Amino acid sequence: MSFDIAITHRLGQRTIAMQANCDARLVALFAPSGAGKSSILNMVAGILRPDSGHIAVAGETLFDSAAGIDLPPARRRAGYVFQEGRLFPHMRVRANLLYGCHGEAAMPWQAVLDFLGIGHLLDRWPAALSGGEAQRVAIGRALLSGPRFLLLDEPLASLDPARREEILVVIERMKHDLAMPILYVSHDRAEVDRLADHVVAL
Amino acid sequence: MTRILSPEEWEIVALSLRVSFVAVGGMLPVSFALAWLLARARFPGKLLVDALVHLPLVVPPVVTGWLLLLLFGANGPLGRLFEQALGIGFMFRWTGAALASAIMALPLMVRAMRLSIEGVDRKLEQAAQTLGAGRWRVFLTISLPLALPGVLAGLVLGFARSIGEFGATITFVSDVPGETRTLPIAIYSALQMPGGEAIVTRLAIISILLSLGALVASEALARRTAGGRTNHVL
Repeated sequence: MSFDIAITHRLGQRTIAMQANCDARLVALFAPSGAGKSSILNMVAGILRPDSGHIAVAGETLFDSAAGIDLPPARRRAGYVFQEGRLFPHMRVRANLLYGCHGEAAMPWQAVLDFLGIGHLLDRWPAALSGGEAQRVAIGRALLSGPRFLLLDEPLASLDPARREEILVVIERMKHDLAMPILYVSHDRAEVDRLADHVVAL
Repeated sequence: MTRILSPEEWEIVALSLRVSFVAVGGMLPVSFALAWLLARARFPGKLLVDALVHLPLVVPPVVTGWLLLLLFGANGPLGRLFEQALGIGFMFRWTGAALASAIMALPLMVRAMRLSIEGVDRKLEQAAQTLGAGRWRVFLTISLPLALPGVLAGLVLGFARSIGEFGATITFVSDVPGETRTLPIAIYSALQMPGGEAIVTRLAIISILLSLGALVASEALARRTAGGRTNHVL
């Protein structure tokens, strides 16, 4: 089972709920903007605590309100790629990539650099990167942290069409090359149709 | 240089620097902890802590000096505690001048640090957590470096306030040459003396240079730590 998730969470006036129980490699969470998609990723990553339910990814229970399980985010080993990249502005690209560097990463350092084409960016500051470059570095940082699964939060949203295609290809390759469940959030039907094995609509 | 100032004047400058460095250095951990608490924590009585921290900024310095006298004087509860537990006396001593400076500098230091801690993007801290960093690593590698310009600003403001401190100090520990006669108090004393204008001019110039020096040094430091971003202390 790649994803076994059933959670509810109240945010202000709204209740966010999600159910997914499937063995697909790439599960897309599809909903219009503002439906609480990012909140769900935050709950899977451990940044936000659901009111109730359970979250298990690739056979490991990360959260279970009934059993009192709530792994801290640092121990969930989620490769979280945020919509805005969230590169650390006070560190060069190299230090950003090394921040979570984990010995058990599925892809070693050089392979990640080659795969994403970011080897020439190592000495740059995040402020000096284009949107596409920043997003590739963010993906690289997540991959190098030795994740057990990937959470991708609208990784194309801040990019122009040419860059989108570049990142889409990267994501397709990650899906095929890495044996890692991916939870992909998007509000774009075409993206979801192209990438997803399983779609959860909110 | 030694010809520019007399030995007594050098003593005043050295004393002022010692008082200010001890005051600001001692207050650095205290003010950062308070700034962090006020920026991040929610607890009952927060408003009271906030008000107490700001008290020296709004109360007349003479009143602050008088309160210090009540609390830390020879018969004050805290004064006795420090004397007995640590052997530190404040009355008519440079330590008292440092304490008065520290209390007067505290609100400015806390304000600057608090602003920059509030400006740290919590989302970056979350990103660090998902990359496997625990609380302390997140604090040391993300929160603290990003708040550094505010910490530097707090140090500069605190130092400037310390070097200029007059009212609370003279009320609390009076004007004792070699112990509590810091630059502002020495300038004031010299103004009372006939023919003291030359001393006043020299000490005033020194005061201005010290404050400007601190400002320029911290700006330079902020730029060096900024990397690709623009950082300003003030």
